[in-house]
Amino acid sequence: MPDFGFSIKKTRSESIDNGSKQKYEELVRRVPSFKRCFQCGCCTATCSARQFSDFNIRRMHTLFRRGDADGLSEQLKKCMLCGKCTLVCPRGVNIRQLVISMRTILDNGEKK
Amino acid sequence: MKKVAIIGAGPAGIEAASVLARAGVPVTVFEKSSDSLSNLRDKSFLFPNFQPSPELVDEFSGKLQADNITVRHGSCITELKWKGTSWELVCNGSQNLVFDAVLIATGYRTFDASRKEELGYGIYKGVITSLEMEQMIKSGSIPNANGDIPQRIAFLQCVGSRDEKSGNNYCSKVCCVTAVKQAIEVRKILPKTELTIFYMDLRMWGQGFEEMYRTAQEKYGIDFIRGRISEAASTFDGRIQIKTEDTLLGLPMKASVDLLVLMVGMEASDGTRTVGRSCDICGEYGFIRTLNPHLYDNETDRPGLFAAGSCKRPMSINDSVNDGRSAATVIREYLDQLSEN
Ligand code: SF4
Ligand code: SF4
Ligand code: SF4
Repeated sequence: MPDFGFSIKKTRSESIDNGSKQKYEELVRRVPSFKRCFQCGCCTATCSARQFSDFNIRRMHTLFRRGDADGLSEQLKKCMLCGKCTLVCPRGVNIRQLVISMRTILDNGEKK
Repeated sequence: MKKVAIIGAGPAGIEAASVLARAGVPVTVFEKSSDSLSNLRDKSFLFPNFQPSPELVDEFSGKLQADNITVRHGSCITELKWKGTSWELVCNGSQNLVFDAVLIATGYRTFDASRKEELGYGIYKGVITSLEMEQMIKSGSIPNANGDIPQRIAFLQCVGSRDEKSGNNYCSKVCCVTAVKQAIEVRKILPKTELTIFYMDLRMWGQGFEEMYRTAQEKYGIDFIRGRISEAASTFDGRIQIKTEDTLLGLPMKASVDLLVLMVGMEASDGTRTVGRSCDICGEYGFIRTLNPHLYDNETDRPGLFAAGSCKRPMSINDSVNDGRSAATVIREYLDQLSEN
Protein backbone atom coordinates (compact mmCIF):
# COMPACT_ATOMS: atom_id res chain seq x y z
CA MET A 1 0.00 0.00 0.00
CA PRO A 2 1.49 3.36 -1.00
CA ASP A 3 2.17 5.85 1.78
CA PHE A 4 -0.04 8.85 1.24
CA GLY A 5 1.56 10.76 4.11
CA PHE A 6 -1.52 10.89 6.28
CA SER A 7 -3.25 8.55 8.60
CA ILE A 8 -6.73 8.21 9.97
CA LYS A 9 -6.83 10.10 13.26
CA LYS A 10 -9.18 9.71 16.14
CA THR A 11 -12.04 12.17 16.01
CA ARG A 12 -11.09 15.58 17.42
CA SER A 13 -14.44 16.39 18.93
CA GLU A 14 -15.66 15.44 22.36
CA SER A 15 -18.64 13.13 22.37
CA ILE A 16 -20.80 12.58 25.40
CA ASP A 17 -22.44 9.67 23.56
CA ASN A 18 -19.30 7.55 23.83
CA GLY A 19 -18.20 8.71 27.25
CA SER A 20 -18.85 6.46 30.18
CA LYS A 21 -20.99 8.05 32.84
CA GLN A 22 -20.16 5.14 35.14
CA LYS A 23 -16.74 6.43 36.12
CA TYR A 24 -18.15 9.86 36.86
CA GLU A 25 -20.92 8.37 38.98
CA GLU A 26 -18.34 6.40 40.91
CA LEU A 27 -16.24 9.53 41.37
CA VAL A 28 -19.05 11.68 42.79
CA ARG A 29 -20.01 8.83 45.09
CA ARG A 30 -16.53 9.13 46.56
CA VAL A 31 -16.25 12.94 46.32
CA PRO A 32 -19.78 14.43 46.29
CA SER A 33 -18.44 18.01 46.40
CA PHE A 34 -17.20 17.56 42.82
CA LYS A 35 -20.77 17.96 41.55
CA ARG A 36 -20.52 21.62 42.53
CA CYS A 37 -17.57 22.58 40.32
CA PHE A 38 -18.40 25.62 38.17
CA GLN A 39 -15.28 25.66 36.03
CA CYS A 40 -13.69 28.81 37.39
CA GLY A 41 -10.11 27.68 36.92
CA CYS A 42 -8.82 28.71 40.36
CA CYS A 43 -7.49 25.21 41.01
CA THR A 44 -5.40 25.26 37.83
CA ALA A 45 -4.23 28.81 38.47
CA THR A 46 -2.90 27.94 41.91
CA CYS A 47 -1.75 24.36 41.27
CA SER A 48 1.83 23.59 42.34
CA ALA A 49 2.31 20.94 39.67
CA ARG A 50 1.38 23.28 36.85
CA GLN A 51 4.33 25.53 37.75
CA PHE A 52 6.67 22.77 36.54
CA SER A 53 4.65 20.90 33.90
CA ASP A 54 1.75 21.14 31.48
CA PHE A 55 -0.60 19.65 34.07
CA ASN A 56 -4.02 21.29 34.16
CA ILE A 57 -6.15 19.88 36.96
CA ARG A 58 -9.39 21.57 35.90
CA ARG A 59 -9.06 20.23 32.38
CA MET A 60 -8.29 16.77 33.74
CA HIS A 61 -11.25 16.56 36.07
CA THR A 62 -13.50 17.95 33.33
CA LEU A 63 -12.29 15.29 30.88
CA PHE A 64 -13.05 12.71 33.55
CA ARG A 65 -16.50 14.24 34.03
CA ARG A 66 -17.16 13.82 30.30
CA GLY A 67 -16.03 10.21 30.46
CA ASP A 68 -12.89 10.86 28.40
CA ALA A 69 -10.17 9.08 30.37
CA ASP A 70 -7.56 8.60 27.62
CA GLY A 71 -4.10 9.36 28.95
CA LEU A 72 -5.53 10.64 32.20
CA SER A 73 -3.65 8.18 34.42
CA GLU A 74 -0.32 9.49 33.14
CA GLN A 75 -1.36 13.10 33.65
CA LEU A 76 -2.65 12.56 37.17
CA LYS A 77 0.75 11.23 38.24
CA LYS A 78 1.99 14.81 38.01
CA CYS A 79 -0.13 15.95 40.94
CA MET A 80 1.86 16.21 44.16
CA LEU A 81 -1.21 16.09 46.40
CA CYS A 82 -0.18 19.35 48.02
CA GLY A 83 -3.81 20.48 48.46
CA LYS A 84 -3.34 24.12 47.44
CA CYS A 85 -6.16 23.83 44.90
CA THR A 86 -8.55 22.76 47.65
CA LEU A 87 -7.65 25.86 49.64
CA VAL A 88 -8.73 28.26 46.90
CA CYS A 89 -11.74 26.47 45.37
CA PRO A 90 -14.74 28.84 45.69
CA ARG A 91 -17.17 25.95 45.50
CA GLY A 92 -15.47 23.93 48.21
CA VAL A 93 -14.60 20.96 46.02
CA ASN A 94 -12.24 18.55 47.76
CA ILE A 95 -9.89 18.49 44.78
CA ARG A 96 -7.02 16.71 46.45
CA GLN A 97 -9.33 13.84 47.36
CA LEU A 98 -10.68 14.04 43.82
CA VAL A 99 -7.24 13.31 42.37
CA ILE A 100 -6.75 10.37 44.72
CA SER A 101 -10.16 8.96 43.79
CA MET A 102 -9.66 9.46 40.04
CA ARG A 103 -6.38 7.57 40.32
CA THR A 104 -8.03 4.73 42.23
CA ILE A 105 -10.93 4.44 39.79
CA LEU A 106 -8.62 4.46 36.78
CA ASP A 107 -6.26 1.92 38.40
CA ASN A 108 -9.13 -0.40 39.24
CA GLY A 109 -10.37 -0.13 35.66
CA GLU A 110 -6.98 -1.09 34.29
CA LYS A 111 -6.66 -4.09 36.60
CA LYS A 112 -9.95 -5.56 35.41
CA MET B 1 -53.40 59.54 62.25
CA LYS B 2 -51.41 56.38 61.72
CA LYS B 3 -47.63 56.85 61.74
CA VAL B 4 -44.93 55.00 59.83
CA ALA B 5 -41.24 54.62 60.64
CA ILE B 6 -38.73 53.98 57.89
CA ILE B 7 -35.32 52.71 58.89
CA GLY B 8 -32.66 53.75 56.38
CA ALA B 9 -32.48 56.76 54.05
CA GLY B 10 -31.32 55.07 50.86
CA PRO B 11 -33.14 54.82 47.52
CA ALA B 12 -35.76 52.31 48.78
CA GLY B 13 -36.47 54.11 52.06
CA ILE B 14 -36.67 57.57 50.51
CA GLU B 15 -38.92 56.44 47.68
CA ALA B 16 -41.29 54.73 50.11
CA ALA B 17 -41.29 57.80 52.38
CA SER B 18 -42.09 60.06 49.48
CA VAL B 19 -44.99 57.94 48.20
CA LEU B 20 -46.49 57.59 51.70
CA ALA B 21 -46.10 61.28 52.46
CA ARG B 22 -47.86 62.26 49.24
CA ALA B 23 -50.75 60.03 50.32
CA GLY B 24 -50.96 61.99 53.56
CA VAL B 25 -49.27 59.49 55.86
CA PRO B 26 -46.81 61.03 58.37
CA VAL B 27 -43.42 59.35 58.05
CA THR B 28 -40.28 59.45 60.17
CA VAL B 29 -37.08 58.35 58.46
CA PHE B 30 -34.29 57.14 60.75
CA GLU B 31 -30.79 57.27 59.32
CA LYS B 32 -27.80 56.15 61.34
CA SER B 33 -25.28 58.31 59.45
CA SER B 34 -25.12 62.07 59.48
CA ASP B 35 -26.10 62.07 55.82
CA SER B 36 -28.57 60.09 53.73
CA LEU B 37 -27.71 58.04 50.60
CA SER B 38 -24.15 57.21 51.68
CA ASN B 39 -23.75 54.25 49.28
CA LEU B 40 -25.09 56.26 46.36
CA ARG B 41 -22.77 59.17 47.15
CA ASP B 42 -19.79 56.82 46.71
CA LYS B 43 -20.71 56.20 43.07
CA SER B 44 -19.47 58.13 40.04
CA PHE B 45 -21.73 57.42 37.09
CA LEU B 46 -24.66 55.03 37.14
CA PHE B 47 -25.36 52.17 34.79
CA PRO B 48 -26.95 51.80 32.30
CA ASN B 49 -27.29 55.46 31.23
CA PHE B 50 -24.05 56.85 32.72
CA GLN B 51 -25.99 59.43 34.66
CA PRO B 52 -23.79 61.25 37.21
CA SER B 53 -24.76 60.03 40.69
CA PRO B 54 -24.95 63.58 42.20
CA GLU B 55 -27.97 64.19 39.95
CA LEU B 56 -29.79 61.30 41.56
CA VAL B 57 -28.64 62.30 45.04
CA ASP B 58 -30.20 65.72 44.45
CA GLU B 59 -33.50 64.25 43.29
CA PHE B 60 -33.72 61.88 46.22
CA SER B 61 -32.81 64.63 48.67
CA GLY B 62 -35.57 66.78 47.16
CA LYS B 63 -38.09 64.01 47.79
CA LEU B 64 -37.25 64.11 51.50
CA GLN B 65 -38.20 67.80 51.72
CA ALA B 66 -41.92 67.10 52.14
CA ASP B 67 -44.23 68.35 54.88
CA ASN B 68 -45.16 64.90 56.11
CA ILE B 69 -41.57 63.63 56.31
CA THR B 70 -39.31 63.99 59.35
CA VAL B 71 -35.73 62.88 58.80
CA ARG B 72 -33.64 61.99 61.82
CA HIS B 73 -29.97 61.69 60.99
CA GLY B 74 -27.56 60.09 63.43
CA SER B 75 -30.37 57.86 64.66
CA CYS B 76 -29.47 54.23 64.98
CA ILE B 77 -32.32 51.81 65.65
CA THR B 78 -30.98 49.13 67.94
CA GLU B 79 -34.14 47.25 68.84
CA LEU B 80 -37.74 46.75 67.73
CA LYS B 81 -40.45 45.55 70.11
CA TRP B 82 -43.96 44.45 69.12
CA LYS B 83 -46.53 45.97 71.48
CA GLY B 84 -49.64 44.08 70.37
CA THR B 85 -50.85 46.68 67.87
CA SER B 86 -47.79 48.81 67.23
CA TRP B 87 -44.01 48.74 67.18
CA GLU B 88 -41.72 50.38 69.67
CA LEU B 89 -38.36 51.44 68.29
CA VAL B 90 -35.34 51.90 70.48
CA CYS B 91 -33.30 54.72 69.01
CA ASN B 92 -29.61 55.17 69.89
CA GLY B 93 -30.00 52.68 72.69
CA SER B 94 -32.31 54.76 74.88
CA GLN B 95 -35.12 56.76 73.24
CA ASN B 96 -38.33 54.76 72.73
CA LEU B 97 -40.77 55.74 69.97
CA VAL B 98 -44.02 54.08 68.88
CA PHE B 99 -45.24 53.55 65.28
CA ASP B 100 -48.11 51.70 63.62
CA ALA B 101 -45.96 50.26 60.86
CA VAL B 102 -42.23 49.98 60.23
CA LEU B 103 -40.39 49.68 56.93
CA ILE B 104 -36.92 48.21 57.07
CA ALA B 105 -34.77 49.73 54.35
CA THR B 106 -31.39 49.31 55.99
CA GLY B 107 -29.57 48.27 52.83
CA TYR B 108 -26.21 46.63 52.19
CA ARG B 109 -22.54 47.00 52.92
CA THR B 110 -19.73 46.12 50.52
CA PHE B 111 -17.65 43.01 51.12
CA ASP B 112 -14.43 43.64 53.03
CA ALA B 113 -11.82 42.64 50.43
CA SER B 114 -9.07 42.10 52.99
CA ARG B 115 -10.90 38.92 53.96
CA LYS B 116 -9.58 37.44 50.69
CA GLU B 117 -5.97 37.61 51.75
CA GLU B 118 -4.71 35.73 48.67
CA LEU B 119 -5.80 38.67 46.51
CA GLY B 120 -3.51 41.05 48.39
CA TYR B 121 -5.93 43.83 49.23
CA GLY B 122 -4.50 45.99 52.02
CA ILE B 123 -1.10 44.37 51.42
CA TYR B 124 -0.15 45.69 47.95
CA LYS B 125 -0.92 49.23 46.89
CA GLY B 126 -1.84 48.16 43.38
CA VAL B 127 -4.80 46.10 44.57
CA ILE B 128 -7.91 48.27 45.00
CA THR B 129 -11.65 47.70 45.34
CA SER B 130 -14.37 48.74 42.92
CA LEU B 131 -15.37 51.34 45.51
CA GLU B 132 -11.95 52.98 45.31
CA MET B 133 -12.11 52.79 41.52
CA GLU B 134 -15.41 54.72 41.64
CA GLN B 135 -13.62 57.45 43.58
CA MET B 136 -10.77 57.54 41.06
CA ILE B 137 -13.20 57.80 38.15
CA LYS B 138 -15.00 60.58 39.98
CA SER B 139 -11.73 62.48 40.46
CA GLY B 140 -10.77 61.94 36.82
CA SER B 141 -7.32 60.61 37.75
CA ILE B 142 -6.32 56.94 37.79
CA PRO B 143 -2.66 56.55 38.80
CA ASN B 144 -0.83 53.27 39.43
CA ALA B 145 0.88 52.61 42.79
CA ASN B 146 3.83 54.82 41.77
CA GLY B 147 1.65 57.68 40.61
CA ASP B 148 2.21 56.99 36.89
CA ILE B 149 -0.21 56.17 34.09
CA PRO B 150 -1.10 52.47 34.34
CA GLN B 151 -0.18 50.25 31.40
CA ARG B 152 -2.65 47.57 32.25
CA ILE B 153 -5.63 47.31 34.57
CA ALA B 154 -7.42 44.08 35.45
CA PHE B 155 -10.91 43.84 36.92
CA LEU B 156 -11.81 40.72 38.87
CA GLN B 157 -15.44 39.69 39.24
CA CYS B 158 -17.15 37.90 42.11
CA VAL B 159 -14.92 39.01 45.00
CA GLY B 160 -16.77 37.94 48.14
CA SER B 161 -19.66 36.58 46.06
CA ARG B 162 -20.20 33.09 44.67
CA ASP B 163 -17.52 32.03 47.10
CA GLU B 164 -17.91 29.41 49.77
CA LYS B 165 -14.67 30.56 51.39
CA SER B 166 -16.21 33.99 52.08
CA GLY B 167 -19.41 32.36 53.30
CA ASN B 168 -21.35 34.00 50.44
CA ASN B 169 -22.63 31.50 47.92
CA TYR B 170 -24.96 33.98 46.28
CA CYS B 171 -24.34 36.26 43.29
CA SER B 172 -24.26 40.00 44.08
CA LYS B 173 -26.04 40.76 40.84
CA VAL B 174 -24.70 44.25 40.08
CA CYS B 175 -20.91 43.80 39.98
CA CYS B 176 -20.77 42.32 36.46
CA VAL B 177 -22.36 45.36 34.91
CA THR B 178 -20.44 47.65 37.27
CA ALA B 179 -17.13 46.24 36.02
CA VAL B 180 -18.13 46.87 32.41
CA LYS B 181 -19.32 50.38 33.29
CA GLN B 182 -16.10 51.15 35.17
CA ALA B 183 -13.92 49.81 32.35
CA ILE B 184 -15.72 52.12 29.90
CA GLU B 185 -15.26 55.09 32.24
CA VAL B 186 -11.58 54.24 32.71
CA ARG B 187 -11.15 54.05 28.94
CA LYS B 188 -12.49 57.59 28.63
CA ILE B 189 -9.79 58.77 31.03
CA LEU B 190 -6.96 56.46 29.88
CA PRO B 191 -7.15 55.92 26.11
CA LYS B 192 -4.04 53.72 25.89
CA THR B 193 -4.27 51.47 28.94
CA GLU B 194 -4.97 47.77 28.42
CA LEU B 195 -8.22 46.91 30.20
CA THR B 196 -9.18 43.33 30.94
CA ILE B 197 -12.15 41.92 32.81
CA PHE B 198 -11.69 38.47 34.34
CA TYR B 199 -15.05 36.79 34.68
CA MET B 200 -16.72 33.44 35.26
CA ASP B 201 -20.06 34.38 33.73
CA LEU B 202 -21.14 37.80 32.52
CA ARG B 203 -24.55 38.38 34.05
CA MET B 204 -26.00 41.11 31.87
CA TRP B 205 -29.59 40.75 33.01
CA GLY B 206 -30.91 44.33 32.94
CA GLN B 207 -32.14 46.57 30.19
CA GLY B 208 -29.19 47.92 28.22
CA PHE B 209 -26.61 45.78 30.04
CA GLU B 210 -25.87 43.35 27.20
CA GLU B 211 -25.60 46.26 24.78
CA MET B 212 -23.13 47.91 27.14
CA TYR B 213 -21.02 44.74 27.09
CA ARG B 214 -21.12 44.77 23.29
CA THR B 215 -20.13 48.44 23.16
CA ALA B 216 -17.32 47.79 25.64
CA GLN B 217 -15.84 45.27 23.22
CA GLU B 218 -16.52 47.11 20.02
CA LYS B 219 -16.02 50.75 20.81
CA TYR B 220 -13.85 50.80 23.92
CA GLY B 221 -11.52 47.88 23.17
CA ILE B 222 -12.03 46.15 26.50
CA ASP B 223 -10.83 42.55 26.80
CA PHE B 224 -12.69 39.75 28.47
CA ILE B 225 -10.97 36.62 29.78
CA ARG B 226 -12.95 33.79 31.27
CA GLY B 227 -11.20 32.71 34.44
CA ARG B 228 -11.20 33.60 38.09
CA ILE B 229 -7.99 35.04 39.52
CA SER B 230 -6.92 32.92 42.48
CA GLU B 231 -3.79 34.75 43.66
CA ALA B 232 -2.09 38.11 43.41
CA ALA B 233 1.45 38.97 44.44
CA SER B 234 3.74 41.94 44.08
CA THR B 235 6.53 42.02 41.49
CA PHE B 236 9.94 43.59 42.24
CA ASP B 237 8.94 46.79 40.43
CA GLY B 238 5.72 47.26 42.37
CA ARG B 239 3.33 45.82 39.84
CA ILE B 240 0.86 43.06 40.61
CA GLN B 241 1.27 39.57 39.28
CA ILE B 242 -1.93 37.63 38.91
CA LYS B 243 -2.52 33.93 38.42
CA THR B 244 -5.54 32.56 36.66
CA GLU B 245 -6.54 30.05 34.03
CA ASP B 246 -7.89 31.06 30.66
CA THR B 247 -10.62 28.47 30.96
CA LEU B 248 -11.72 28.84 27.34
CA LEU B 249 -8.26 27.86 26.15
CA GLY B 250 -7.66 25.46 29.01
CA LEU B 251 -4.33 27.13 29.74
CA PRO B 252 -2.95 28.56 32.96
CA MET B 253 -2.08 32.20 32.71
CA LYS B 254 0.17 34.68 34.50
CA ALA B 255 0.07 38.40 33.89
CA SER B 256 1.39 41.54 35.50
CA VAL B 257 -0.89 44.50 35.89
CA ASP B 258 -0.57 47.97 37.43
CA LEU B 259 -3.92 47.90 39.10
CA LEU B 260 -6.07 44.98 40.10
CA VAL B 261 -9.63 46.11 40.76
CA LEU B 262 -11.62 43.77 43.00
CA MET B 263 -15.35 43.90 42.24
CA VAL B 264 -16.57 43.56 45.80
CA GLY B 265 -19.99 42.07 46.40
CA MET B 266 -22.94 43.18 48.50
CA GLU B 267 -23.59 41.89 52.01
CA ALA B 268 -26.37 42.65 54.47
CA SER B 269 -25.42 45.88 56.24
CA ASP B 270 -24.77 45.96 59.97
CA GLY B 271 -28.07 47.78 60.45
CA THR B 272 -29.89 45.09 58.50
CA ARG B 273 -28.37 42.41 60.72
CA THR B 274 -29.21 44.26 63.94
CA VAL B 275 -32.81 44.93 62.98
CA GLY B 276 -33.27 41.45 61.50
CA ARG B 277 -32.03 39.78 64.67
CA SER B 278 -34.06 42.06 66.91
CA CYS B 279 -37.36 40.99 65.36
CA ASP B 280 -36.39 37.48 64.32
CA ILE B 281 -36.66 37.97 60.55
CA CYS B 282 -33.03 37.25 59.66
CA GLY B 283 -32.89 35.16 56.53
CA GLU B 284 -29.93 33.63 54.78
CA TYR B 285 -26.63 35.51 54.91
CA GLY B 286 -28.07 38.09 57.31
CA PHE B 287 -30.51 39.55 54.76
CA ILE B 288 -34.14 40.18 55.77
CA ARG B 289 -36.50 37.26 55.15
CA THR B 290 -39.76 38.19 53.46
CA LEU B 291 -42.97 36.19 53.47
CA ASN B 292 -42.93 35.00 49.87
CA PRO B 293 -40.70 36.01 46.96
CA HIS B 294 -43.54 36.29 44.45
CA LEU B 295 -46.55 37.95 45.99
CA TYR B 296 -45.57 39.00 49.50
CA ASP B 297 -42.05 40.23 49.04
CA ASN B 298 -42.49 43.42 51.08
CA GLU B 299 -44.18 41.62 53.96
CA THR B 300 -42.42 39.78 56.75
CA ASP B 301 -43.95 37.17 59.02
CA ARG B 302 -44.44 39.85 61.69
CA PRO B 303 -47.51 42.14 61.54
CA GLY B 304 -46.84 45.76 60.60
CA LEU B 305 -43.23 45.04 59.69
CA PHE B 306 -42.16 45.49 56.08
CA ALA B 307 -38.91 45.42 54.11
CA ALA B 308 -37.67 47.00 50.89
CA GLY B 309 -34.46 47.30 48.89
CA SER B 310 -31.06 45.70 49.33
CA CYS B 311 -31.66 44.69 52.96
CA LYS B 312 -33.44 41.71 51.36
CA ARG B 313 -30.85 40.71 48.77
CA PRO B 314 -28.42 42.41 46.38
CA MET B 315 -30.39 44.89 44.31
CA SER B 316 -29.72 47.59 41.73
CA ILE B 317 -30.77 51.19 42.39
CA ASN B 318 -33.75 51.12 40.05
CA ASP B 319 -34.99 47.85 41.55
CA SER B 320 -34.65 49.34 45.03
CA VAL B 321 -36.69 52.37 44.03
CA ASN B 322 -39.45 50.19 42.60
CA ASP B 323 -39.35 48.02 45.68
CA GLY B 324 -39.70 51.06 47.94
CA ARG B 325 -42.70 52.18 45.93
CA SER B 326 -44.31 48.76 46.15
CA ALA B 327 -43.70 48.65 49.92
CA ALA B 328 -45.50 51.99 50.27
CA THR B 329 -48.59 50.50 48.61
CA VAL B 330 -48.56 47.47 50.86
CA ILE B 331 -48.10 49.64 53.98
CA ARG B 332 -51.06 51.84 53.02
CA GLU B 333 -53.27 48.79 52.66
CA TYR B 334 -52.14 47.61 56.08
CA LEU B 335 -52.88 51.01 57.67
CA ASP B 336 -56.34 51.08 56.03
CA GLN B 337 -57.09 47.68 57.56
CA LEU B 338 -55.97 48.91 60.98
CA SER B 339 -58.34 51.88 60.74
CA GLU B 340 -61.29 49.68 59.75
CA ASN B 341 -60.84 47.36 62.70
S1 SF4 C 1 -3.04 18.84 45.05
FE1 SF4 C 1 -2.38 18.37 42.97
S2 SF4 C 1 -3.86 19.44 41.68
FE2 SF4 C 1 -4.00 20.35 43.72
S3 SF4 C 1 -2.58 22.09 43.69
FE3 SF4 C 1 -1.46 20.34 44.50
S4 SF4 C 1 -0.46 19.49 42.70
FE4 SF4 C 1 -2.09 20.80 41.94
S1 SF4 D 1 -11.45 25.68 41.77
FE1 SF4 D 1 -13.19 24.37 42.28
S2 SF4 D 1 -14.94 25.22 41.17
FE2 SF4 D 1 -13.11 26.13 40.30
S3 SF4 D 1 -12.63 24.79 38.54
FE3 SF4 D 1 -11.47 24.04 40.29
S4 SF4 D 1 -12.76 22.47 41.21
FE4 SF4 D 1 -14.05 23.67 39.87
S1 SF4 E 1 -22.95 39.99 39.34
FE1 SF4 E 1 -21.27 39.12 38.22
S2 SF4 E 1 -19.43 39.72 39.39
FE2 SF4 E 1 -21.20 40.02 40.73
S3 SF4 E 1 -21.30 38.10 41.89
FE3 SF4 E 1 -22.70 37.92 40.13
S4 SF4 E 1 -21.47 36.92 38.55
FE4 SF4 E 1 -20.05 37.70 40.10
